[in-house]
Amino acid sequence: MSELTQPTRLRRRFPFTIRLEPRLSEPPRWYPAAVSLGAILLALVVGGIIISMSGGDPFRSYAHIAKASFGNIGVLSDTIVKATPILLTSLACSLAFRMKLWNIGAEGQFIMGAFGAGAIVLTPILPPETSPWIFIPVMMLAGMLAGALWGLVPGYLKAKFNVNEIISTLMMNYIAIAWINFWIFAVWTEGGFQMTPKFPQNAWLPRLLDYAKQFPIFRGLTTHLGLLIGIVAAILLWLVVYRSRWGYEIRLIGDNPRAAQYAGVNIIRNIVLVMMLSGALAGLGGMAEVTGTVHRLQTSPLAAGYGFTGIIVAWLSKLNPLVVILVSILFGALLLAGREIQPSGVPKMIQGTILVCLIASDFLLRYRIRIVRTEEEA
Amino acid sequence: MPASQPAVAKPRASADAPLVVEMHGIVKRFPGVLANDRVDFELRRGEIHALLGENGAGKSTLMNVLTGLYRPDSGTILIKSKPVSFSSPRDAIRAGIGMVHQHFMLVPSQTVTENILLGLDDPHFRMQLHEYDTKVAELSERFGLKVDPRAKVWQLSVGEQQRVEVLKMLYRGTDVLIMDEPTAVLAPQEIEGLFKTLRAMVAEGKSVIFISHKLQEVTAIADRITVLRRGKVTAGGLPAAKVTRQELARRMVGREVIFHLDKKPRQAGDVVLEVKDLCAENDKGLPALRGLSLNVRSGEIIGLAGVAGNGQRELAQVITGLRKCTGGQALLNGEVVNNRSALFGILHGIAHIPEDRTHVGTAPNLSVTDNVIMKKYRHPPIAQYGMLNIPAATKFANQLKEAYDIIVPNVETPVRLLSGGNLQRVILAREISGEPTLMVAVQPTRGLDVGAIEGVHHLLLSQRESGAAILLISEELEELLSLSDRVYVIYEGRIMGEVKIDAKEPSPGLIEVVGLMMTGTPLSQIEKEGAAAHV
Repeated sequence: MSELTQPTRLRRRFPFTIRLEPRLSEPPRWYPAAVSLGAILLALVVGGIIISMSGGDPFRSYAHIAKASFGNIGVLSDTIVKATPILLTSLACSLAFRMKLWNIGAEGQFIMGAFGAGAIVLTPILPPETSPWIFIPVMMLAGMLAGALWGLVPGYLKAKFNVNEIISTLMMNYIAIAWINFWIFAVWTEGGFQMTPKFPQNAWLPRLLDYAKQFPIFRGLTTHLGLLIGIVAAILLWLVVYRSRWGYEIRLIGDNPRAAQYAGVNIIRNIVLVMMLSGALAGLGGMAEVTGTVHRLQTSPLAAGYGFTGIIVAWLSKLNPLVVILVSILFGALLLAGREIQPSGVPKMIQGTILVCLIASDFLLRYRIRIVRTEEEA
Repeated sequence: MPASQPAVAKPRASADAPLVVEMHGIVKRFPGVLANDRVDFELRRGEIHALLGENGAGKSTLMNVLTGLYRPDSGTILIKSKPVSFSSPRDAIRAGIGMVHQHFMLVPSQTVTENILLGLDDPHFRMQLHEYDTKVAELSERFGLKVDPRAKVWQLSVGEQQRVEVLKMLYRGTDVLIMDEPTAVLAPQEIEGLFKTLRAMVAEGKSVIFISHKLQEVTAIADRITVLRRGKVTAGGLPAAKVTRQELARRMVGREVIFHLDKKPRQAGDVVLEVKDLCAENDKGLPALRGLSLNVRSGEIIGLAGVAGNGQRELAQVITGLRKCTGGQALLNGEVVNNRSALFGILHGIAHIPEDRTHVGTAPNLSVTDNVIMKKYRHPPIAQYGMLNIPAATKFANQLKEAYDIIVPNVETPVRLLSGGNLQRVILAREISGEPTLMVAVQPTRGLDVGAIEGVHHLLLSQRESGAAILLISEELEELLSLSDRVYVIYEGRIMGEVKIDAKEPSPGLIEVVGLMMTGTPLSQIEKEGAAAHV
């Protein structure tokens, strides 16, 4: 308390003071978007200063990032390929976060989804010559089930014993990695290497380049069906959250659990269900990544932190599934740029700066800053 | 006034006592609101000056200006005839002005003395606290603020905590004490104790600003009264002895308040709620209800009187399915409702106006629409095939907005932006629109202004007329006695007795009898003693 006297004395010397006042009314509709945009611009400026301090040219770096991720249709396709797994993991996070369930385990659920899809091919449950029309739906289902199971465990523990889901989901990530490593190294290894054999072509998600014969423009484009799956999932999730009875319960619990209880909502059941659906979405992401891009089980490209990036993207999108689509593509671009930019930490630094600025900018939605002339002491 | 003049001898300040606070032409503007519009206010030495007004009339804003929390857009403040400009409450305290807020600012794990010393430079190290304990004890003795200096704050009742807040201000040498709605949290006996303290303070030449919207208290304690309405002074410094309650009420709300409610006689119907020997525990696992029995008939308002914390909350929660009971039963039209679920109660027509509007009754960030469909979202027309019918929900919300006079720009507004009265209207609209067979209303008018209270009372009476059974749990005795057909009194989880209310001719000793029961004397004993006295 006593340090308060210091600024008081200081303040008297300056003719103006900055005052923060809580907003009493809702700001206009455009305001949140404008604030977010401003925060991103500020982040880019800060990032630029850091780049120039480390001896780089910020303008050239930014131009390079833009070119490397959106410059032509080829790199745009690569950006989208990177964005697809992020899209699904951040949908998973956005759903759980909506109910204030802090699912940090999208990473593990993603890996388990990839495992579930892989198990269909590698066990093998379906023979390699099965039609893709059967292969893909079965693998989607298997991926979602495996992810849902990985969400069910912490969800049930939370509902039944009030186990902190942050810890349990985080720990489940490590179990998932150990689990998939066991199968890759010990059971399905290809000649002792740290990977399984490649999946049969029938078990691959169709890519644009598969249609290059009919549409020459698609040559070399690796964008796969996972993008469509992700977009459909986002739209469905939006409908569930904002337009369904169940989504209403989720929003109610998320905003005020005591009010939800008062309204007769079964919170326990919803914790389990939401964690399962969240896990299923992340699992679907893992399935899409393994069948659309990697085409085999291999730890390093799968456990690449998509689940953690998903947390950031979900926050930046204010948990709105439709906004998640756009933000995922931006983050896909930043990930892709990481390959191109030296030092490669720069895109990560930009990501972090954007996140900090955006989260801090939330403050401006709740408070207004006023600069007031200090009156003279009489 | 010469400084040599001794402390004012008389308890009441004379009209020529020096002015300690003068506020002239205070203007404070918030976005869209003129909270204070050229307000003048003055406080004499040794007087209790009440600041009366509805919620949102500008009382708190004016006091926040005086204590340096807000800076006025224009206007001047003089303390002991010297112009001042505070930039923080700390400056105000240094000038001898202290405020006790409605929500206390105490550290629960520390002792009374530690809380009082918090933020002061003396002592630097908390080693020799017992000498400060003595100082605090002396101070509390002087002003009749009974509290143990060594007790930890969490062990104290709300009334004792308030005394600690007052002591904190007195210890800092406050000459002008501002009390913001001090009686809202107190039991009737504690209110009397507070009034004694305030009188002791003014007898020593200190001054008190007493913020309230309760007419009765204001006329009981204040020397002068200033009334604010919509940011403007409608009565400045009226002597309390010369005004009537009716006149004050009129200046406060701008029209005559009906003190006598238009309650039509009505024959009560069948028993709707029957509570038998109910036992339940509170959040700490201690017994809160110890074999409580009562019944509520249709078309009847049953009041449950009692000092807060005697099991009222737990009773409401057991009936509405939010708490498990450990014994006894609660029957709704003969069907067991206890130990089911909140959903069971909702589906069987139990409406619940919860005590805590913001933390239980509403979801603050969701829209008015989302809040009014809280108990209807499961069924058509709001829900269809698992999806919400948004147009139907919006239409429903707009109907309620019209019918219940909810003042919002549109029904998409999040309810956290609504005032207390409006928020209560949202809850009432939601609960009444379900056409309940039983309504459990817990403190439905707490913290509301006079106009809003009147609205709530009318809604409850109209429910009674349409045949609902209403259990009204309240601490406002006046409210209970004017609305109820019968009043039960609860004390430590038991019913002390039941009294019938005759609307036309209230029996004169009724309040005393209820008061005795509220403090733990069973009705049977009162009657026995009464009979004995007559013999």
